[in-house]
Amino acid sequence: MSRLQVVSGKGGTGKTTVAAALALALATEGKRTLLVEVEGRQGIAQLFETEALPYEERKIAVAPGGGEVYALAIDPELALLDYLQMFYKLGGAGRALKKLGAIDFATTIAPGLRDVLLTGKACEAVRRKERSGRFTYDYVVMDAPPTGRITRFLNVNDEVAGLAKIGPIHNQAQAVMRVLKSPETAVHLVTLLEEMPVQETVDGIAELRSARLPVGRIIVNMVRPEMLDAADLELLRSVPRSTVAKSLSSAGLGGARRGGHAERLVDPLLTQAEEYAERYRLEHDQRAVLAELGLPLHELPLFAEGMDLAGLYELARELREQGVS
Amino acid sequence: MSRPDPAHTHDPARRLAPARVLDVDPLLADPKTRIVVCCGSGGVGKTTTAAALGLRAAERGRKVVVLTIDPARRLAQSMGIDSLDNTPRRVKGIDDSAGGELHAMMLDMKRTFDEIVEAHADGERAAAILGNPFYQSLSAGFAGTQEYMAMEKLGQLRARDEWDLIVVDTPPSRSALDFLDAPKRLGSFLDGRLIRLLTAPAKLGGRAGMKFLNAGMSMMTGTLGKLLGGQLLKDVQTFVSAMDTTFGGFRTRADATYKLLQAPGTAFLVVAAPERDALREAAYFVERLAAEDMPLAGLVLNRVHGSGADGLSAERALAAAENLEEPGIVDQEGGKEGLRNSPDVYDSSDSPTPERPARASAPASDGGSPAEDADDIEDTLDTADTADTADAERSIDQLTAGLLRLHAERMQLLSREQRTRDRFTALHPEVAVTEVAALPGDVHDLAGLRDIGDRLAANERELPDPAEEPDLPEASA
Repeated sequence: MSRLQVVSGKGGTGKTTVAAALALALATEGKRTLLVEVEGRQGIAQLFETEALPYEERKIAVAPGGGEVYALAIDPELALLDYLQMFYKLGGAGRALKKLGAIDFATTIAPGLRDVLLTGKACEAVRRKERSGRFTYDYVVMDAPPTGRITRFLNVNDEVAGLAKIGPIHNQAQAVMRVLKSPETAVHLVTLLEEMPVQETVDGIAELRSARLPVGRIIVNMVRPEMLDAADLELLRSVPRSTVAKSLSSAGLGGARRGGHAERLVDPLLTQAEEYAERYRLEHDQRAVLAELGLPLHELPLFAEGMDLAGLYELARELREQGVS
Repeated sequence: MSRPDPAHTHDPARRLAPARVLDVDPLLADPKTRIVVCCGSGGVGKTTTAAALGLRAAERGRKVVVLTIDPARRLAQSMGIDSLDNTPRRVKGIDDSAGGELHAMMLDMKRTFDEIVEAHADGERAAAILGNPFYQSLSAGFAGTQEYMAMEKLGQLRARDEWDLIVVDTPPSRSALDFLDAPKRLGSFLDGRLIRLLTAPAKLGGRAGMKFLNAGMSMMTGTLGKLLGGQLLKDVQTFVSAMDTTFGGFRTRADATYKLLQAPGTAFLVVAAPERDALREAAYFVERLAAEDMPLAGLVLNRVHGSGADGLSAERALAAAENLEEPGIVDQEGGKEGLRNSPDVYDSSDSPTPERPARASAPASDGGSPAEDADDIEDTLDTADTADTADAERSIDQLTAGLLRLHAERMQLLSREQRTRDRFTALHPEVAVTEVAALPGDVHDLAGLRDIGDRLAANERELPDPAEEPDLPEASA
């Protein structure tokens, strides 16, 4: 199992939620995972219902069986200062650079540089060891940028090659790429059963593959429960209205006679069923598109009332049962 | 509370009716409306809304251009703008009997940036900028470049004055606010102090008093050079000085676009779905637009669900579904999948045959259920033999139970949407709202866009009329 698990997906598919659930799932049986956020949105803090995360690894959850989840929100500016400190022992000069806006400059204007710092920090956490010789974290889960940008983000080597041809940043990029392109890494894509997210997933996987980045699993999120199955939908096409009216009536919903309460429910209920049938077909088609990609496919249920901490543990359990961890 | 618009009084059934109803037709028809900006967080249907508004205005006689940012492939194809050439194309197949035209384009961020360079620099210099690796990284990847270029393109389209209405879609940013912030950020960045410093030695070298600064600079450029490799820094310096001399400050351009957005003739529409996060973003955006003096026309609430049977509550529908599935057994969690073909249920009864029709006892147990009323309705199953009839009735009952559960889910969705909407309305009673009923699938043709346009213009969705609410009998169980 890869030790760096990168989670991407189109905006709005719930990739932060899935990344957090995955970190929880991987943390069972006494394991320790680190959940990394790179886009400064504080989505992890919101999800775990804690205050904003600092640039510091801290424990945010305990998994069933004694595992632990740590979280880290990487701030590219602070990561660069760390970096300068590590290599140049800058001290006060680092602060002066920050004051001048040089750090802001270096991290925002050259996106490749920012990405090296972010991925570099995650890779460092993957490789870090305790004195005992065991890895500090069994797994590192990254809540990565969306599908549209994921390949650029991870393919830092190419990005930086054009900008920094020599120097420590260049060397750092090389080291990061060695981890990212190895079996130590798996990139998972989160999608919904809708046309645009699925199309973006297909495109994203093609890009990742052509950049030789290791694609992991496809996780279909927010799957709605099946209310009517294929047999019901088949029957729906031929069923006489009067029969449905009688059935409604027998359930205690009023008269089945024309104009009766049960009878008046038939049309609206059938209309809703037709809408359901159309969505069912669309979802069926999108599932077929995803299946063609030949990757492990997982489905997570929709929480109609919104996601909360309990829901997160529920998703983690679901992921474990589906053999993701 | 004094609300100027009497529209809110039409609907006493609502706990919190919107203060005002957004009427898009007068807005689109008014020749003074020159720009409509659709904004909101990602995934709420901004692009579709922009395209539908553009089509509606064009079919009502206006000469419209729609600037889309990231349309779904099939929607783009249906409008004939799937090729990325960064210029507006006339959309065929619209009803032009009122004399209108529809043009559409898809923004190509890098191409727009390149065009700015080409327009402001002579050939040789332009080539030098375009080939600069730093420029390539900036034009393709800077967070905010897309937002900036969308505004830039809007300014260009407006300056051409070929259209009397421009409808703009905004980039799918993680936050709706990025689109207002990014132009300023990019502008101030490129005009910023550091960039000036980086390019200063060449321009200001001789002046007295700069010695100190230059000393600081050489320390800094030295460090950055070490870190990034000297070439990068040189690239940046060449790039910035080339940009600086070839076309005026970015800030000036950003400011001009900003003023354009504040001008009368611009109307902002905040697009949202009736979901917690989307409406929270919408509320932020409404507040922000007010703070920036940007003219807000109203809120488009997309994908609102309704039901033709909203007199039947979720609870009653679920209870009825349980009646149908297993008469007498109501404590079955886990939905119909668990109930259907469940041998345990039959084993526990006296009946030796699992084929025993589950429904047979239903009318009796209901005690005078009105099912008998249905006798006069032709029953197509009468001719079947009894075993088949029993089977058929059971599957009909299962289907009906499914219909009822589907309805219960719909009613729960309705009340959630209503709650979220009411929260927004309570916070912002001044914002006019139009609701667009949800479609089961995606829109990817002009007919679909026209349908959305009709839904946008229908002032209110069909609401349950309390007078017509079916007075269902109380549950007999």
